[in-house]
Amino acid sequence: MPMAASDIERLILEAIPDAQVTIRDLAGDGDHYAAKVVSPSFAGMPRVKQHQRVYAALGGRMGGELHALQLETAAPAGE
Amino acid sequence: MSDATGRIEEIVKNNEVVLFMKGTPLFPQCGFSSRAVTILEHLDVPFESVDVLQDPEVRQGIKEYSDWPTIPQLYVKGEFVGGSDIMLEMFQSGELQQLVAAEA
Repeated sequence: MPMAASDIERLILEAIPDAQVTIRDLAGDGDHYAAKVVSPSFAGMPRVKQHQRVYAALGGRMGGELHALQLETAAPAGE
Repeated sequence: MSDATGRIEEIVKNNEVVLFMKGTPLFPQCGFSSRAVTILEHLDVPFESVDVLQDPEVRQGIKEYSDWPTIPQLYVKGEFVGGSDIMLEMFQSGELQQLVAAEA
C-alpha cells in the first residue's frame, strides 16, 4: 500500500515537532521517497539514533507499507 | 534468545565487516543493497555478506537485533553502523574509511 508524501511528513512532525521536513517522491509511484529531516534535537546525536527517531515516528510502516525511504538527517547548520 | 538471534550474534562477532543484504554482492536484489555493496567495494576491504532472502528468520531477526527496520545493514567490528544512506554519508565524509581502517 503506497503512502502519500503528506502522510509521511505529518507522522514525522507529530513525533518531532521542531523538524523541518522535505520529502521528494523519487519514482512518482508513491512508494519510493527521499526525506530530509532537520531538527535541533538531533544535535550531538549519533546518525543511527537520528534515523531511528524518524523510523519510530513512522511507527513500523518503514520496511512494510513504506518500502523505500532514503533518509538524510541533520541538526540545523551552525549548531 | 531465539535461534536466529544467536546465529546473528555469532556472524556479527566473528566478522570484522559484515553486510546483511538482499541477494549477493554479485547479484544484489535491491537498489539499496546494491548501493551498499558498491560502497564497500570502493573501500577495498574484505567483507562478509549474508543474503537475508535465503533465511526468513535472519531477515526478521536482524531488524530486531539492531532495532532498524530495513535491509541492508552494515556491522563493523561487532557494532551496527547503519543502512545504505548512513553508509553513503559516512563514505563521502571519509568516516567509513577511518572506521574500517582502524585496528580493532
